[in-house]
Amino acid sequence: MNKVVAHADEAVKDINSGATLMLGGFGLCGIPENCIAALVKKGINNLTCISNNAGVDDFGIGLMLQKKQVKKMISSYVGENAEFERQLLSGELEVELIPQGTLATRCMASGYGMPAVYLLAGYGTEVAEGKEVRTFNGKNYILEYAFDSDFAIVKAWKGDTMGNLVFKETARNFNPMMAMAGKITIAEVEHLVQPGEIDPDHIHVPGIYVNRIFQGSNYEKRIEQRTVRKK
Amino acid sequence: MALNKEQIAQRIAKELQDGFYVNLGIGIPTLVANYIPEGVNVVLQSENGLLGMGPFPYEGEEDPDLINAGKQTVTTLPGSAIFDSAMSFGMIRAGRVDLTVLGAMEVADNGDIANWKIPGKMVKGMGGAMDLVAAAKNIIVAMQHTNPKGESKLLPKCTLPLTGVNCIKKVVTDLGVFDITDEGFVCIEYAPGVTIDEIKAKTAGRLKIAEDVKEIVL
Repeated sequence: MNKVVAHADEAVKDINSGATLMLGGFGLCGIPENCIAALVKKGINNLTCISNNAGVDDFGIGLMLQKKQVKKMISSYVGENAEFERQLLSGELEVELIPQGTLATRCMASGYGMPAVYLLAGYGTEVAEGKEVRTFNGKNYILEYAFDSDFAIVKAWKGDTMGNLVFKETARNFNPMMAMAGKITIAEVEHLVQPGEIDPDHIHVPGIYVNRIFQGSNYEKRIEQRTVRKK
Repeated sequence: MALNKEQIAQRIAKELQDGFYVNLGIGIPTLVANYIPEGVNVVLQSENGLLGMGPFPYEGEEDPDLINAGKQTVTTLPGSAIFDSAMSFGMIRAGRVDLTVLGAMEVADNGDIANWKIPGKMVKGMGGAMDLVAAAKNIIVAMQHTNPKGESKLLPKCTLPLTGVNCIKKVVTDLGVFDITDEGFVCIEYAPGVTIDEIKAKTAGRLKIAEDVKEIVL
């Protein structure tokens, strides 16, 4: 078993134009910075990206948008990005907005081997248009399908060479369920350790879901909304 | 005087009960955390995966890995718990969150809400709003009674794309407190100095005035 790759360039080497990618993170928190940089460098395009947000103009997925690498974004909230708005209004970029819990659960369903789930969110709204509705216990639910993604790219705090992952604080967010949902899952970690160095009870995502892992470098971890109180 | 934003938040805070798990949306709802009554312990849920959200960090102690759903740096508290996004919406969907407070562009007298999209304007997305309104057992809307043009936001039917249907139970505005029942909006409290006639004039949806209507006490 050898899941360890040297760096981001090697991890993304077989991602080609036209691929569907899941990218972990909430806002700029817990995003796979190294792999995004490698995808930008690689210059592939026509990508479909499933990610809660689309980054900001000069960071996160915003860097891929600047290079016009993204054909379609599937997200719940995309408001922080002027280039995104420009491409959307000019018709260069397609966007599918879906409720945040639905996004998370469609990833989860994929990782749990469930083809579809019935969800409450969006019933009676445009999100439900064209979708099957069923009533359970007097409530109406929409049928939502599991995502089918070629790659999932996630960021963890710590991982071992067997691909077991541990996340830190709210940088966990979408990373675990996306890690479980990719046909090929790539994990970049801040600390790559040997098997046995992580207590098995502390593992958030077991390595069975992870195909490639590497220790990332030079994390910027940009803060989107720095809010503080006075001492 | 109509209530200001802080006072709307202060009035909503009186709805909090000891032991509540509460999700506060962005804007006026966030301010509710500043007015939690003495002796009432609530746990704040942030849908990006945090229960037990603490105050903003002290300057120099910001942690980029610890943010709230508004992407602001926050802190944890003793007893906080962190989890992934699927579990976060799982607990919302399963009805474990006792109270959700959120803003709105429009609320209809049947409990429909619109707060995510204005046709013709850049659409930022619904984030977690549709999940929250569909599932939370108790939702309070905090908003201004009228829009900047002076038009009522309490309507017979929403004109904007919906976020959820038949889900809002209570609305607190700068003018008063309104329950939503089968009979439409029921004004149960009015802001100090605001007349019932003003509330009637500025409410487009079906409106009843409760027999025991009283002035808001903050």
